[in-house]
Amino acid sequence: MTSAGTTSDLVRRAARIGEDVAAPAADDVDRKARFPVEAFEALRADGLLAALVPQEFGGPGASVGAVAEAVEALARHCASTAMVFAMHQLQVACLVRHGRSALLRDYQRLLASQQPLLASATTEIGVGGDIRTSICAVESAEGRFRLEKKAPVISYGENADGVLATARRSPESPPNDQVLVLCIAPGLSLEVISGWDTLGFRGTCSPGFVLKAEGDDGCVFDDPFADIATRTMLPVSHILWSSVWLGLASAAVDRARRFVRSEARKTPGVTSPAAVRLAELMTIFQQMEEQVRGLARRYEEVCDDPEALSTMGFAIAMNNLKVSASTLVVDIVGRAMIICGIAGYREDSPYSLGRLLRDAHGAAVMVNNDRILANNAQMLLVHKE
Amino acid sequence: MRDTQGVDREIRAILDEHGRLPVAASTLKEDADLYQAGLTSHASVSVMLALEDAFDIEFPERMLKKSTFESVMAIHNALLELIAEVA
Repeated sequence: MTSAGTTSDLVRRAARIGEDVAAPAADDVDRKARFPVEAFEALRADGLLAALVPQEFGGPGASVGAVAEAVEALARHCASTAMVFAMHQLQVACLVRHGRSALLRDYQRLLASQQPLLASATTEIGVGGDIRTSICAVESAEGRFRLEKKAPVISYGENADGVLATARRSPESPPNDQVLVLCIAPGLSLEVISGWDTLGFRGTCSPGFVLKAEGDDGCVFDDPFADIATRTMLPVSHILWSSVWLGLASAAVDRARRFVRSEARKTPGVTSPAAVRLAELMTIFQQMEEQVRGLARRYEEVCDDPEALSTMGFAIAMNNLKVSASTLVVDIVGRAMIICGIAGYREDSPYSLGRLLRDAHGAAVMVNNDRILANNAQMLLVHKE
Repeated sequence: MRDTQGVDREIRAILDEHGRLPVAASTLKEDADLYQAGLTSHASVSVMLALEDAFDIEFPERMLKKSTFESVMAIHNALLELIAEVA
């Protein structure tokens, strides 16, 4: 296990793995829609899957802000790798901040020593994408639970060592009275029920599954899922996903910058239209960068204050981050395409933007922006500030 | 001026009309968890709006959180605080 690291150390290690391991495999991962195995072997070997585990359980106790920067560094090289890494860290964040049973505390020690990869099963077939509603229910008897859930999507389910799943608290509970359950071997089985052949983020390998799990009642989180969702899952997911998109946008900007520079070398002293377009692109990129970093800081300022995390103002701001960053990333990659021209449009050029453009379009549809805006619209009816 | 029982009755009437609970609000104890009883965050906003209208108050930002609306008693306490501020 690597020792506690500073933010810059964590980011440097993620950037090195991104450059040396994820980047060379990125096109193959994308083409074959395969899991980025080599990147995750390297991330595990370097202790990065346990980055958020507190020092008391043997982890380095990194902050969400530090992990966000590591996610961004990976995303410059392979957005699928970065997205899987981000989703895993989100599960770890839920465990670290809400896992209080003896079993869930022990699991954090195991996370630090063995670094299992954790996936998420929050959506369910039949609820129309609303993660705050469940059909399936935890059945508990004599200290053991059973759960069966039909999930339309479990990202990297086949490569995960454990899954955090939502379910109704009991078979008698209403659809919104949910709990979060850690589902792990030997009581976990996943049966694939659909494929994953998508425009982008192909390496996240996110087909549907029937999840069957049983285990000790200690696997069920004490905090209601409503609180976990509001205080941790919503803000941390939006920060980490936006960091993926920021890294992706930064890769596009980098290609545009290199293209403009190589053109400028051919005609010294002349400011080309592409160079002006690049200057314009940087204003938008800076807007995105400051927004992602600013909201990550805002979360860190209040992350230990459940009251502040539970206000509508905070939820609206975190939703705005998701909608804004997911829109800006498409805009930025599109502008980079205009700058690079045919060199960006080609699949066989060093300035190729095809994979980045396809990945960028995933941002608005993973938890659809329309659903998020509808939630904000509802909250804004009573929100006053 | 409303009496305590009147406030309680009005809260329950608003929950019945806007809370979309699977059970009648009159069956709930005053400290029963409304979210466990089926109140969604979406429906809770409708309840807030109806309460603001019925009691002619506005919930300030500091009260716009889950715990303010978690039970009939919690809503009652929040209303009493706001009505006292107005008076």
